[in-house]
Amino acid sequence: MRKRIRVYIATPCLDGHDMAAKLMTFVLRDAGMEVVYGGLRQRPEVIANAAIQEDVDVIGISSHSGFHMPAFTKVLNVLRQQDATNILLTGGGVIPQQDVEMLTKLGVGRLFPPNTTSEEIISYVTQEVEARRSGVA
Amino acid sequence: MQASNASLPAQAEPSTGAEPNQMAEGRRTWEEKASRLSNRAPKLITTSGIEVPLLATPDSLEGFDYNRDLGHSGEYPYTRGVYTNMYRGRLWTMRQFSGFQTTRDTNQRYKYLLEQGMNGLSVAFDVPTCMGYDSDDVLAEGGTGRCGVAVSSLADMEDLFDGIPLGKISTSLTINGPASIIWAMFIVAAEKQGVSLGQIDGTNQNDILKEYHAQKEYIFPPEPSMRLIVDTIEFSVKHMPKWHPVSISGCHMRETGATAAQELAFTLADGFEYVEATLKRGLDIDEFAPLLSFYFVCHNDFFEEIAKFRAARRIWAREMKEKYSAQNPRSCLMRFHTQTAGCSLTACQPYNNIVRTAYQAMAAVLGGTQSLHTNALDEAFAPPTEMSAKLALRTQQILAHETGVADSIDPLGGSYLVETLTNAMESAAREYFAKIEKLGGVIRGIEDGFFQREITEAAYSRFKEIDSKQRIVVGVNEFVDPADEGVPIPILTIEPHIERERREQLAKLRAERSNEAVRRALDNLRRVAASAENTMPAIIDAVKVYATLGEMVAVLKEEFGTYNEPAEV
Repeated sequence: MRKRIRVYIATPCLDGHDMAAKLMTFVLRDAGMEVVYGGLRQRPEVIANAAIQEDVDVIGISSHSGFHMPAFTKVLNVLRQQDATNILLTGGGVIPQQDVEMLTKLGVGRLFPPNTTSEEIISYVTQEVEARRSGVA
Repeated sequence: MQASNASLPAQAEPSTGAEPNQMAEGRRTWEEKASRLSNRAPKLITTSGIEVPLLATPDSLEGFDYNRDLGHSGEYPYTRGVYTNMYRGRLWTMRQFSGFQTTRDTNQRYKYLLEQGMNGLSVAFDVPTCMGYDSDDVLAEGGTGRCGVAVSSLADMEDLFDGIPLGKISTSLTINGPASIIWAMFIVAAEKQGVSLGQIDGTNQNDILKEYHAQKEYIFPPEPSMRLIVDTIEFSVKHMPKWHPVSISGCHMRETGATAAQELAFTLADGFEYVEATLKRGLDIDEFAPLLSFYFVCHNDFFEEIAKFRAARRIWAREMKEKYSAQNPRSCLMRFHTQTAGCSLTACQPYNNIVRTAYQAMAAVLGGTQSLHTNALDEAFAPPTEMSAKLALRTQQILAHETGVADSIDPLGGSYLVETLTNAMESAAREYFAKIEKLGGVIRGIEDGFFQREITEAAYSRFKEIDSKQRIVVGVNEFVDPADEGVPIPILTIEPHIERERREQLAKLRAERSNEAVRRALDNLRRVAASAENTMPAIIDAVKVYATLGEMVAVLKEEFGTYNEPAEV
């Protein structure tokens, strides 16, 4: 039997907007994934290390107050230092388009804007994890 | 086309003069007819789960008593409005919440909007400031000037209001965890402009309870936070009669996902908690209750929102009079600010947001708000541009001067539907009050996770309704047009170099001020925090020697500790 997809979800830095993170936790759990909810206002280094310890496939960061640049780049740095780039780093929230493009170039996965459907997020996460597990990505 | 007097549809209007048995008979006949028709939805419920009647009639309002349930405007229980002549006397205050990037940018925006007819100020602070960090703190990285303006010391506050006469306009400070510090900076800045304490007019948000429920910008644990708030109430009572030290807020709970009934109930419950805490300090209800103010959202469900505002006024008046034995009629007046619903704004088809906001603003005015912020069309992306901020203000001006909705007081008073919903909202709120009391009060409820859980459940159920198209959001899950993809509107960008600028400004401040005076002021603040004395004078003294927000918060954290919510879902 295939291992269930494991996800770590948190809001970064000083961001206390935690509802979207909670809703994504419910959505992915309802889709059969195991979700570790890391809570609000987590330092990027803490998020990355906790996710590695929890042996997750995916880190989801929900950002609504402008902390996305330090948050995603610092998590990515830790993942690289710890040789854990097999973990998919994705997320969403209120992130300006030019920053989305910059983060994508740096190696961050898709960043979902508000009003994205659950279906789109579930299918992206599932496909990405499957690809990584089979060594395609 | 000429309007004809005789062109009203020949729909049967239940005659209020009819005998009760005739009315009941008429109702039965009508219900029988209606039951044979197919409707687009078998049952419609409001966001709070209240079933909307197909046709509200006098039957819906059995036992309704005009004097007991409504009263005239300006008369107990103030359901129809807190002032006798309401908007005929003076229109609501058009107060646009605003702040971005630097004090210079924000100051220019204030001046621009004031020129355009705005007549109240409302400061949006950035997240680091709201969390009590200076712009040069390493934790501020990414957040400086992003969702509001950064204010780390009196110098920033002086710059923010440079050339804006604080004695002539009221200002609202949207700040909570470190509210007393930011307020002290505002007080000193106003005094430096020559405005006396008694003339400084405005409002602190300063409502920590809803931070634990929803917005999550708390710093200290509930108990010392409540002490700081009572300190501000006491200081206002003694020195600043024109200031509202707390704006008890439902807005953030609603924006997080609460229903209208939850917003109403939790806001009022929080209000009673502040009343109890201030009474415990030894103040008289009639000394401080007139200074309390409120803040709600106005969301999409038009009549439910109007009912919410009317029910809020009635419940507050009844509780102040009956439970807290207020003698001063002003203690019973619920005055409130309203903001249209940010969470109703969509990133898809952003021009639709103008329409949503206009309807919401209309409901707020029909609900009798004292001041109003209308959201701009681009606020799903960033703080508004100058153009979109002006359009948001124009939305209010059109409402005030062109539509006539402000011309007669509480124009929906007596509407079978609106009175039915007003009663339903009051009942729903009272059910929640009983639950909260059973839990042992608001703070016990926070510790138990009650409010957070209730709001999260409501948010998830709404999310699923939209996800499954049970609830239509135009442009999001229905009426989607691929031509609308991407962002077709100009968006305000926050320049990353402002973080460096801010660090340089603060380095200069720390070098130029008397650090010895700052050390003495912070030592005094530490001593006062550890005692039972009111903290406001010590905070004001520290502000005057340019101690920073971060420095003062650090002292208070040492004395009070910090609060962290368990990561549970």
